[in-house]
Amino acid sequence: MSAAVSVLFDAPGPKARRRHLIIAVVGSLGILAVLYLVISALAAKGQFTAAKWSPFLDPVTWTSYLLPGLRATLVAAFFSVILAIVCGILLGMGRLSEATPARWACGVFVEFFRAVPVLMMMLFAYYLFLFGFQISGEALPLLGVIAGLTFYNSCVIAELIRSGVGSLPRGQREAGLAIGLTPFATLRLVLLPQAITIMLPSIISQLVVILKDSALGFLILYPELVRSGQTLAALEGNLIPTFIVVAAIFIIINYGLTRLAQYLERRLQRRRRGPKMPEAEPLMSPSMAPGGALTAPSQA
Amino acid sequence: MLHGLSELFNEYNVLAAFWMTIKLTVVAAIGALLIGTIIAIMRVSPVAVFRSFGAAYVTLIRNTPLTLIVFFCAFGFYITLQYRIGAQNSPIDVQNFRWGVLGLTIYHAAFVAEALRSGINSVPKGQVEAARAIGLGFGATLSNVVLPQAFRGAIAPLGNVLIALTKNTTVVATIGVAEASYLMKGMIEFRPDLIYAIFVIMATGFVILTLPVGIAFTTLSRRLAVRR
Repeated sequence: MSAAVSVLFDAPGPKARRRHLIIAVVGSLGILAVLYLVISALAAKGQFTAAKWSPFLDPVTWTSYLLPGLRATLVAAFFSVILAIVCGILLGMGRLSEATPARWACGVFVEFFRAVPVLMMMLFAYYLFLFGFQISGEALPLLGVIAGLTFYNSCVIAELIRSGVGSLPRGQREAGLAIGLTPFATLRLVLLPQAITIMLPSIISQLVVILKDSALGFLILYPELVRSGQTLAALEGNLIPTFIVVAAIFIIINYGLTRLAQYLERRLQRRRRGPKMPEAEPLMSPSMAPGGALTAPSQA
Repeated sequence: MLHGLSELFNEYNVLAAFWMTIKLTVVAAIGALLIGTIIAIMRVSPVAVFRSFGAAYVTLIRNTPLTLIVFFCAFGFYITLQYRIGAQNSPIDVQNFRWGVLGLTIYHAAFVAEALRSGINSVPKGQVEAARAIGLGFGATLSNVVLPQAFRGAIAPLGNVLIALTKNTTVVATIGVAEASYLMKGMIEFRPDLIYAIFVIMATGFVILTLPVGIAFTTLSRRLAVRR
């Protein structure tokens, strides 16, 4: 975001520029001072010694802890996202269906499970598989994580699909019905493909949420990135450096996904024509405000 | 089922666990609103350093799992570095609560900042131009014209953050704070025969906590919306 697009303040003149410079210097000194305090406190406790960080130069650290952990995180996220999209589309279709019982059942299901924390669903699924289905061994935590993430995120995706269909012009549905398609065929052939395209950026943002939430598998002993990092830290005695590295891995992956979602959103906005216009002129760069009504703020 | 329900309520203090959830939510919500507002103001300020700092905060925090942030606070700062919040001699569960709240606050402040920024975006340009035209500076424009409208425009997304925060308080179960999901884990481990009843109780508890908040914020956002 550059200063040029903001209308919150005038283009600064020489006097204001000098004042901004002073504020900037004082402000950055303040920020640097806080950072310095944190870093020197960490250094005083010996968190920056070579012994704490050298394990990350050892290939074994990566091949036997961090990479398997990352792989477990990605595996859980991958299966959850596929299942959540499939179930989410089905639930979304149910909420949009003509049949009242189906609409009600899917509505209650979605509203209920959206209100329940993911961690609780994971715990429930884990113990249900353990006690109810007598599953044990390595597959148990993975199934628990996937079930918990799928339940929650299919409800979120169902809502995304519903708001995507809701944002389409009415004429789309009317045209489908006018050429003799059944309501279901109209939904399947005309509305859903457009809704999914519109909601693609939000669905990718949801992928970030799924990746972050897979870390909750920690509590049911799933060996994902945070847990394998903790195992490593217990071995090497370098908890804080390990957490910093694990956080960096998450941030890089999720930042990449966020950028992909933003890129897709811009592309789709360029392509979209016609009646959909942003209501108010945005104060800042144009890429942020429109679509805001559709793009639910990504939550964990 | 009914017999199981009453048995569970007699054996376990379900209400105390949900009271802990509410305490975590309220304290973290106040903290997140304060820090989030400061970050949002930084993101629109004329000083480039503050803008970059705000953007960096939101990007870094939003892309890190909450679990990791809470661990950083509890295992990193508290256990490893021996930092304590408040009284030095307070017991471990009080310290865990405070570090848990700090983690929740840091994480949700990023989402509050994003909600407020979307609120600031919904203020029409003319409002700001008018404020500047009558000679208000950046601070006066922001505090007298933009932010009051931005808060009213951001009520719906702020409500979503509050609901997400309520559900995310379960994450501090990983550091042993005795809130709802922590109790649920213990209950299922001791009474696996009542697993369905336990899940229904706990899930219903969260529906009771979040549903009125959602309705209240939707009503508020409609009632307080700035008419344009």
